Order: sequence, then C-alpha cells, then structure tokens
Amino acid sequence: MFLSMNWISDFVDLSGLNKMDLIAKFSLSTAEVENEIFFKGSDISGIVVAEILSVEDHPKSKKLHLLKVDAGDETPYDVVCGAPNVRVGMKTAFAKLGAQVGEITIAPRELAGYTSFGMCCSEKELGISDSNAGIMDITEDVKNGTDIKELYEIDDIIFEVDNKSLTNRPDLWGHYGIAREFAAIAGRELKPLDVADLTKYDSLEKVDLKIEDPLCQRYSCLKFQNISRKLSPMNMRIRLFYCGMRGLNFLADLTNYLMLEMGQPMHAFDSRKVESIRIKRFDKPFTFTTLDGIEREIDENTLMICNGDTPVAIAGIMGGLDSEIVEDTTSLTLESATFDAASIRKSTVRLAHRTDASMRYEKSLDPEMTVTAVARFVKLLTEFDSGAEIISSLTDEYAFKYDDVNLTFDKKFVDKYTGIEISNDTIIKTLRALGFEADVENDNFTVKVPSFRATKDVTIKADIIEEITRIYGYDNFDINTAKAPLYPVRADVEKTDEDNIKDILVKRYSLHELHSYVWQYFDEYKQLGIEVEENVELINATNPNIKTIRNSIVPTQLCQVKYNTGYASDFGVFEIGRTVEGLNAEGMCDEHKKLCITLFSKTKEIEQLYFELRDMLAVVTDDIKHRNLTFKKIEATHSYQHPKNLNEIYCDGVKLGCIGIVNSVVSKKIDKKASIVFAEIDVEEFAKITNASISYEEPSRFPGIDIDLSFLSNSFAPINEAVNNANCPLIKGIDVTDIYVDESGKSITVRLYFAHPERTLTKEEVLEVVNGIVADLEGKNIKLKFSFTI
Amino acid sequence: MSDKTMEVKESFGAALSQVSTMEELEKLRVDYVGKKGLVTDLMKEMKNLSNEEKKTFGQKVNVLKNEIEGQISAKREELKQREIELENSRMPEFDVSIPANLSRGSYHPITLVQRRCEEIFKSMGFTVEDYSEIVTDYECFESLNIPKNHPARDMQDTYYLENGQLLKSQTSAAQNAIYKKYKDALVNEGKPIKAIFPGRCFRNEATDACHENTFFQMEGVMVDKDISISNLIFFMKTMLSEVFQKDIKVRLRPGFFPFVEPGFELDISCLICGGEGCPSCKHSGWLELCPCGMIHPEVLKAGGIDPEEYTGFAFGLGLTRLAMMKYGIKDIRDLNSGSLKSLAQFTEDK
Repeated sequence: MFLSMNWISDFVDLSGLNKMDLIAKFSLSTAEVENEIFFKGSDISGIVVAEILSVEDHPKSKKLHLLKVDAGDETPYDVVCGAPNVRVGMKTAFAKLGAQVGEITIAPRELAGYTSFGMCCSEKELGISDSNAGIMDITEDVKNGTDIKELYEIDDIIFEVDNKSLTNRPDLWGHYGIAREFAAIAGRELKPLDVADLTKYDSLEKVDLKIEDPLCQRYSCLKFQNISRKLSPMNMRIRLFYCGMRGLNFLADLTNYLMLEMGQPMHAFDSRKVESIRIKRFDKPFTFTTLDGIEREIDENTLMICNGDTPVAIAGIMGGLDSEIVEDTTSLTLESATFDAASIRKSTVRLAHRTDASMRYEKSLDPEMTVTAVARFVKLLTEFDSGAEIISSLTDEYAFKYDDVNLTFDKKFVDKYTGIEISNDTIIKTLRALGFEADVENDNFTVKVPSFRATKDVTIKADIIEEITRIYGYDNFDINTAKAPLYPVRADVEKTDEDNIKDILVKRYSLHELHSYVWQYFDEYKQLGIEVEENVELINATNPNIKTIRNSIVPTQLCQVKYNTGYASDFGVFEIGRTVEGLNAEGMCDEHKKLCITLFSKTKEIEQLYFELRDMLAVVTDDIKHRNLTFKKIEATHSYQHPKNLNEIYCDGVKLGCIGIVNSVVSKKIDKKASIVFAEIDVEEFAKITNASISYEEPSRFPGIDIDLSFLSNSFAPINEAVNNANCPLIKGIDVTDIYVDESGKSITVRLYFAHPERTLTKEEVLEVVNGIVADLEGKNIKLKFSFTI
Repeated sequence: MSDKTMEVKESFGAALSQVSTMEELEKLRVDYVGKKGLVTDLMKEMKNLSNEEKKTFGQKVNVLKNEIEGQISAKREELKQREIELENSRMPEFDVSIPANLSRGSYHPITLVQRRCEEIFKSMGFTVEDYSEIVTDYECFESLNIPKNHPARDMQDTYYLENGQLLKSQTSAAQNAIYKKYKDALVNEGKPIKAIFPGRCFRNEATDACHENTFFQMEGVMVDKDISISNLIFFMKTMLSEVFQKDIKVRLRPGFFPFVEPGFELDISCLICGGEGCPSCKHSGWLELCPCGMIHPEVLKAGGIDPEEYTGFAFGLGLTRLAMMKYGIKDIRDLNSGSLKSLAQFTEDK
C-alpha cells in the first residue's frame, strides 16, 4: 500500500520533523516500509499557471498551434504547442525557460520553423496523473504566473508499506490510521476527522434496508441527488494517483478516496436499481456480472447485496454491472458496510478475485467506522459539489456489535514482560496516543481498547505490551541475559546415534550425505523401472509427479545414483530421512526415520561390494552399540530388489532393516555394467538398542592353543552355532581363515583360539572340546575335512 | 718359514683388495682362515720344525691369523656400509608436488550448519529435539493460536494428506509437544524449558532458484518465570554473533505471527557491508533474518503452561538460508538435487 506524507499531514502536524526519520521509525514501530521512497515533484520546477491569449494554426503543420501565453510576466511568450485542447482563455501549466520537467530542462526550441519559448504541459508530463489527452486545463481562479506547486500538492513523499505486515491491523488500511501511528511516534496530536453532521437529515425518509444474513455486520446507507461534478479536484486526483489508483469520475474517485483515507470501502449504486436493499445468500448457484463486465459463478456461500431478490453486488468484493452509475443516473445510494471477514476471504478465494475492498474486509474492519465514513463522505461531497443534495436520512442497521475489550494489568506484569523499566507515565501516554482509554492507579492499569483495534487485533494483556514497547522503541531496550537455574542437559540417544552414524560413514567410508524428497517421484521412478507403491497421498500437490509419499528411501536414492553415474566410477551415498509405511491403527501416518546407503561401483564385483556394505553396517553397530549383526534371508517384495541375497538385518533381537542387491532391470537402467547394493535401516529402532558395555578380560599369561578345522559346509552359520553351543570358556575366538571349492564341494576353514587364564592348556582337554563340536556338526551332516593344531 | 707367512700375508692383502661383495669376502675368509685355509695349512707345517722354531713360527702365524681376521671383519663392516649407501642411493626422489588424493566423504551442508547451531545452543544448556515430518492440524496450527479460517493460514501453502494430516509447514509444529514434554519439570522442579528443534519443512509452491518445497528450519524456545523481551534481544544477539562468529548488530521490528505476542522480525546488520549499505542488503544495511517473539499466552496454555506465571520467547532460523549464505550457494534446488558435483565439496567444517 502506497502512503502519502501530505495526506498523513492532514491529520497530524509533523512540521519541523525529519520525514525520513519518521518513516524509518514507523518501519521499526509499526509496519515494514519498503526501501524505495518516492520524492514526488522533486523533478518538477519552474512551472507556472499561464493563460493562452491567442491560438493560431501553424502554417506548415496540421497538429501544431502557435500560441501567445501570458505567464504573469510583462510580455507574453511565443509557444508552439501540439496539444489538441488549446483554446483562447484557457489556463494551463506552463514550463518557462529553465524549468525542469522530469529529465528535461526547458530551453528555446525550433518546431517546424518557429521557436517555442517554453512548453505547455500535460498532467502526465508533470507526473500527477496518467492523462496525456492534452495540456492541463486549470479551472481554479488564480493569477497568471502562480507557481503550480502553490496551487496543487505536487510535492509529496510517497512510501510503500508491505501489505503482509498489515495483516493483523485493520486500522492501518487508510491514511487516518497511519496518521495515528505517526502522531504516537512523533509525540504530536492526532486531529479529529472533519465530518458532516448527519442528524440534520433525520427527518428525511429512510432507505428500505434489511440485513437478512448474519454475515453482514453493519450496513449504513444514504441517498443523494443532483451531483453535477464530473471531474474530481486536482489535489484529490493527485493523491489517488500517487497512491496507485486510477482517476475515474468524481463519484468513484470520492469512494476510493474515502477508502484510502479511512480504510472503509464504499460503493455507490444507481438508486433506481436498489429500491429495497436486502443482504443475503442464495440457495442455488447462479452467474452474476460484476461492474468490470466479467461473469462470475456465485455459489450458496457468497453473501450478496440485493434489490429485493435481484443481486446487485457481491458483498465486500465488487458491485454489479447493472446497478452501476450511468449517464442518466439522477440519484444514488451510498453503501458503507462491514461483513464477516472470514466469509469475504473465502468468497475471494472461491471467485479468485481480490479487490481493494475485499483486501480490507478480510482484515476484520471496525463496524463503528461505517457511519463516520458516510459523514466524512457527505462533508467532502458537499465541499466539492455545492449542488449535491442528501435525500434520505442515514439508514443504519447494526446487526453485529463486537464486545468492548477492557483489560487490566499491573506494573509488575509490564516489568516482567519487558525486562526493563518503563514509567507509568510513558505507558499511559503511549496508549492514549494510540487511541486507547488508559488510566492507572497504584500501579494498576485499566485500559479500554478502541473499537478499531478491538475486532481481533488487541484482545489480551500481551497485546498491550506490544503497543507499549513498539512505540517505546526496541532500539532503546537495555538488553540482559536471563537469570535461570542451571541443570545438566543430557543428549538424546537417537540424535547422538545419528551424528555418530554420519561421522563413521563420512570419515571412515568416504560416503557422501545426500538429501532427497519425501515423496515418490512418478517420472523418475518410471524411468528406472521402479514401481510407485501405494501409500498415503497428498491431496493438494500442484505437481502430480509427487502425489504419493515414499515408503522407502531406496528408490529415491537410486534416482540420485542414476544422476551421478558420471561423477566417479565408484561412490557411496547415504541419507537419514523419513518414510511412511501406510497408516497406523489410529489412522495416523506410520512415519519412520531411516538410514539408507547405496554403493555404486564400476570396478568391483557385486559380492565384494555387498560385503563392503555389510561390514560397514557391522562396524557402525559395533562402534556405537558394541554389538553384532545377524542376518536372515528374505524374499524380494519390491520392484527394485534382486531376488537373491536380500537379507533382513537384526541386532540384539531387533529387526533393523535389510540389505540387498539392486534388481538387474533397475541396475542396468542406472548403468549397464555397474554393481549396485543398498541397505536401509530404521534409525529409531537402532537407537532403542542398548549399548553393550565393554567387558574387559585379562589376557592369559599362559600359552594357548590354536586349532584349524576345515568343514564341508555351504555356510559359516552352523559352524558358528556349534561353537557357541559348546559353551566353552576356553574358546577365546573364532575366525574364518579360508573358503574354497573343490570337487567335494564348498569348504570353510575356521581357526579356534583356546586359552586358560591360570595355566597352560593340555592338548587333550582342547581336543575334547573340538571333538564335541565336530560331533555336533556331523549330526547336522556337516563333515570335518581335516584339522590342524598350530 | 717366516717368508711363508709373509707370502700368505701379501697374497691375502692382494686378494682382499679385489673383494667387493659379501660372498667374495666369505670365500676369502674360508680360503685363508677356514679349516682348510692357507693359514691353517701353515699351522700344519709346524710339526716339521724344531721346538725353538715352533715357538717363533707359531707366534708369527697367530699374529697373521688375527691380522687377517681383523681385516676381514673391517672389510665386512665396510661392505655393509656400502650396501646401505647403495640402497639409499637407489631410493627414488618422490614428487610431492602432485595433487593429494582426497578420497573422502562429505556431509550435507545442512548437517554442517545444523551441527554448528546445535553446538552453540548445547553450550547454553539447550536440548536438541527431533520431531516428525508429518503432523496434525492441531500441532501445526490449532495449538499455535492459528484457528481455522485464520488469515495466517493463507501465508503458508500447506501440503495436506488424505488422512487429514499434513506435511509440517513450520518447525513450530513441535512446540506443543515440547511444552507438554517438559512442563512437569518446569513446574515441579523449576527447570526452565530450553529447547531447539531443527527439522525439515514443506510448502506447496513452485520451485525455482530461490524457492523450494522442502527446506530446513530450526526453531528454539525458552520458557521460565520472568523471561522478557530484554532477554530475547540479548539472546538473539549473542546467538547470532556466535553463528556468524562476529559481533552482530540486531534490530527488531513488529512482525505478525499468531503464536507470538509481541512478535518481531529480526534484522541483522548486513554481513557483507556491515551496515553501510550494499547491493546484497538492497542498500538498507540490514538483512531480515529470523522471526521471533514472546510466546503467545494461548500457545503456552495449549502446552499446559500457565501464562500468568511463565513467559518465554521463541525464534525461528532458516537453516537452508543460513547454509546458502554461509557457503554462497545460489540455487536452493542444489541442496536436494543429490548432485555430488555440488555436494561432495562439503567436508567437516568446524
């Protein structure tokens, strides 16, 4: 919203104060002011009122005229002018030699053989409107030679306030409210609004008006006739133009002017079209043509202003084409109303049509303002068009009244909230300047919130703190640290685990941490031949490609691996991110935090890569939890998984996730020759595993015995199990030393380490244990090939 | 007979001078002082001598033997030394100017910035909280004093799910749960609530170099008796000076956020120009950095905390924005792209 310093100065005397400083303070105390500030009229000088004494056609040009212009000096000036509207006796804006018009400095100028000693200017050239139809037609009775800036408010400082920062301030959507802030900031008096006395029309007939819907809070109206003025006063047009509004006609300009001044939107109907005003909604949808000529779909939730049963305007948004003021309109009905803010907001969204009026209504305007606005309108109307007549009494239906907001608090509350000392006197002065009724007695404050702040904005004590402190100035605060007791803070296990996992993967294994998105990318998955799996869906994603939430990070990560195949021949990536596995029993998303790792290699065999990944997970678990992992083969259930070597990962009886190979179809689409393996584990489950303590064992001082045993077996698991089953404290460890395949099948050689803490072992006692293990395995049809004592 | 010892001595001297390897030296040793060597042969010849002669000859042979053995061991040392020298000379000179092989992993830049912030807050006694990404309307809006139809809901385009939940549009969605988690300790044990909660947030909007639908924020709250605006400003200034590792000037402007009252927009003095005005701060000297404010009484109430007794402040920091500022990342989309060309550059950064 653009604001005019001149307009603000109508209501508060800011003379002698630096306007730029005030605007900067306003930005820190009230609402954000955009960086660019416009100094209107600063590029205009030396323009005076001048009268055209004579007009002659230019002999060589159809367009140009030769003028003699009286600019108040001894001799008239010869001027060549191309404007179509020149006439003898007309007063216009004349730029004398040396004058500044925008970037042009006026100098004598040859035009088709004649020299022009100055220039007659259009409003557009002076930057005060976008009218370029001809030179200015000045109707005011002023002496020739009068500086145009003495006649009109061309010099002004215009600044823009970010609309977003006014969301909660319905009172700041007009210059009067802004002036109140400036008055409080500057410590000057806010002048009362100059309004007409409407009581003198009380004897006139009322308008036929009825609010039939609770969404209309208040509706005030008044009838007029005999408005003859078509063009608005120049100063009014300049202000509207500077504030970003196009000048239309006097009546439309006046309603816009009132809106920019008071924040109260108004609308004028042709009285013939609104003989009985009814405000209501309709049972069925219909189409309605607004005054911009657009047909709009109106549904049963949209509040309408009607003439009886015929809709004439969309309440709070825009008038209808049919009831617009036209050429033969003789009398008109002025509407000044307030409506339910949420309803206007919803209608605006439905109609996809936001207007200057609806923007204000959405903020919860003060219903107390409607009648004042009418009185102000009458004041300005009769001032600028002395023939205008009021032909009805003020008709005002006030259906919904906000409760008064009265707040009490004490000095201690203010001290506690601010942490600094602000005197009672300052508090009272500030609140009163902002329009609050405020009193204090023995440090106890009683405050009545003004109606223009009480629609939703100021409702609680804490809101009062804001009023006091923002005017006090946050820059003026003494700042202090908090006085709070000290307690140790224990780090969250899950968070610590997460950090440790990242460190191990990055620092020990040189993996790269990535981030991705929480949904399944339809297009990308399709390219890799990965199915988008059924899961919870977004209902309002603008991009259909991201509709379904992911249930695993693996496919998302495979898409990223595909993107990076040119990065290096070998690389590994990981992410700790979220997945959703459908809904739980309460209908809530079953959300999980997962660690996903993918290794990609063009140089390593798949088996080597697979074991690299398995060992990585084992190291992570050993390092953080001091525990081992176990694996359990499972069937592939997702399109990206290879049917073989898919294993569930367990630790301390808890299922953590799985490790596997990427399905050949997907893998080949990523890279024809590369090996790709993945693992995904649940970080929350991982965090739940308790950290096994380190159990220190004194190393034996006596020589131990190591025995190699070679078994015909496809798997190490049963051998390990048999060794565990032996439950022998003398066994200090087991290693796999060799795996080979010959004509008899696959053989696994393990080395068992035996030791006794207090004496030298005998071969016999060790062999007894070994024999037990061998017998156990033989029972499971796993034969010993050979044994060898080292 | 003494001539013979002289002969042997001379021939040994000549042979020794020819020796250049350990093997030759060993052979020479065997040839002269070995069991069948020339010196041993001389000993054997003694039996043909008279007792008188035996004595002088024997002495001479012994001297010769000792001399030869001494020279052999000296030669051995010399050869060893030469061998080491030879080995040393064979060692090539390395070219240390070739680029180092930095086979290393990388952290996501958000992790780096987040860790830095966490460290600062932990040092001030804050707990670091994690929270789910999918939340309820209550968590994200209702409990934060944003009822249905509140205009503030227009400010953020939220991703809604078919079951009525939503992708959290702000880290504030964790506030309610955090208040409930710590309120008993606050009330019963007098432990102030001091928590930060970094997290991923989502907005339903089109992406470009400056806009992402998925980004990271970090929110922080402190609740206790007598927490004031003065504390808030102090804290923000201290914290941000730590984050940027220089003395930061801050200023507060009124800002409207339903879950704080009063609410502020906090600006910091421009990091590039220090407040003089430059293109990156649009010549204002200030950068808008984070929203903050005193926690709204309704929000405390919803968290089970009595706003008459306790006050607190809350603030939000855009981790994504911080990371972009810190590392000069120009396109926000690079962060979630998975592109290793970009992301592999971020190593530990303390």
